[in-house]
Amino acid sequence: MMLVPAHEAESPLVRMDGIEKSFGNHRVLAGVDVDLHRGEITALVGPNGAGKTTLIKCLLGLSRADRGRIEVEGRTVDPDGEYRRRIGYMPQNPSFPDNLTGREVIDLLREVRGGEEPGDPSIRRLLGLEGELDKPVRTLSGGTRQKLSAAVAFLFDPTLLVLDEPTAGLDPVSAAAFKDHLRHSKDRGAGILLTSHVMSDLEALCDRVLFLLDGRIRFDGTLDRLRDETGQRALERAISTLISREAA
Amino acid sequence: MNTTQRIALYQARDALRSRWIVLHFLAYLAVTEGMLLTGGASVKAVVGLVNVVLLLVPLVSLVFGVMRLYDARDFVLTLLTQPVRRSALFGGLYLGLAVPLAVTFAAGILVPFLVHGALGGETGVRVAALVGCGVALTLVFTAVAFLVAVRQADRVKGIGLALVTWIGFALAFDAVVLLVVTAFAQYPLERPMLVAVFLNPVDLARVLLLMLLDAAALMGYTGAVFSRFFGSVAGLSVSVAALGLWTLAPWLAARKAFVTRDF
Repeated sequence: MMLVPAHEAESPLVRMDGIEKSFGNHRVLAGVDVDLHRGEITALVGPNGAGKTTLIKCLLGLSRADRGRIEVEGRTVDPDGEYRRRIGYMPQNPSFPDNLTGREVIDLLREVRGGEEPGDPSIRRLLGLEGELDKPVRTLSGGTRQKLSAAVAFLFDPTLLVLDEPTAGLDPVSAAAFKDHLRHSKDRGAGILLTSHVMSDLEALCDRVLFLLDGRIRFDGTLDRLRDETGQRALERAISTLISREAA
Repeated sequence: MNTTQRIALYQARDALRSRWIVLHFLAYLAVTEGMLLTGGASVKAVVGLVNVVLLLVPLVSLVFGVMRLYDARDFVLTLLTQPVRRSALFGGLYLGLAVPLAVTFAAGILVPFLVHGALGGETGVRVAALVGCGVALTLVFTAVAFLVAVRQADRVKGIGLALVTWIGFALAFDAVVLLVVTAFAQYPLERPMLVAVFLNPVDLARVLLLMLLDAAALMGYTGAVFSRFFGSVAGLSVSVAALGLWTLAPWLAARKAFVTRDF
């Protein structure tokens, strides 16, 4: 079942045109053009310092692009932040107020959204989080905080999920449950942008790979196309081949 | 309840459950109780508390303020990915710390006076002045702390800058004023001194308190000039307004930096 009407499904979920971003003299993004689509899991890969985090921050409105335009569901990224209502974000280092409980964190997020009711709570059950929600965050293990972060990302049935190293710190059972839920969200029409250094996760989940190097998209295509172009079966090897080619 | 108030409520709940805020309350409680036990339940105890308040309140507000914002940095990112205006988030974060700090400070001072039955009459008015100035300094220096933490991304540098700021306002400013007074002793300096008081919120609070505690005589002729100014309704109003400006200026600067910066 799709979450969105058919006419919306035709336009890209995210459109990024000519995104440029510099910090001082260091040019991090040098003109990124990319669309993200509903019902598609896209892996954003590249070496350290390639500009992945900056691109994600521009998309989320955490950093402002120097040039270019970003639209999410047809709405321009602006300081108002209303376009973020249907975005779920899972940061690499999840952090919550130490002395609040998980349930209070969820209540806080609900209230800052004007009392919006959370959507499908199944991920909390799948990750075994329900029994941990009434404990102060400071008493939770790193893995449980990661589960809370996952629950927060999925809390309001987002149509766009931005996930930064989502399975880092999750035990194998929870990681598998998380990936199942991710596929389920994709099947329901959500667009997912994913970064991870766990290549097996990317191979198992992704429909499309964006390879970012020196602030530019150097490859945009399916996993099969990447394998064909590089002659490598393993994603890790394929990406290494891309980096070597660009360096040559 | 608007978004700022909602965020402030949860932030305050988190702060009030922190052991540091409990220690903050207990520290003022112990110092005040000590003053009351040694000096008796009188104006003397209030005078004894003035320097403690003028030194500790800015220090605690600055250090708590910067550390709190650095600690919350990752959660702030999570909140910034919600449909929330940055200005509303900033207001919530500020109130969520400044109000618990001010409340625990006020409670730490007031509870012992209340227990000793010393909140009536003249002493009560002076305790209220002391608490009022302490609360004002909490608001001022929490705003300064937020300005430091928002503009300086490096945690260690930020904490260092907060400490330097405290030394500047609480100690160095007076040293510079003293040097100027000594160097230009042959000139009439009462009016320049009056102006200098407004350049430092700690001095402004100190002079206000000394006036309200009838301790102006300790400051000689300058005290008489100050007494004339701060003793008048107009002077008192200008001083309170100046403390308000001292809160507003760093708060607005910090908010502007928070709203426009890259995270």
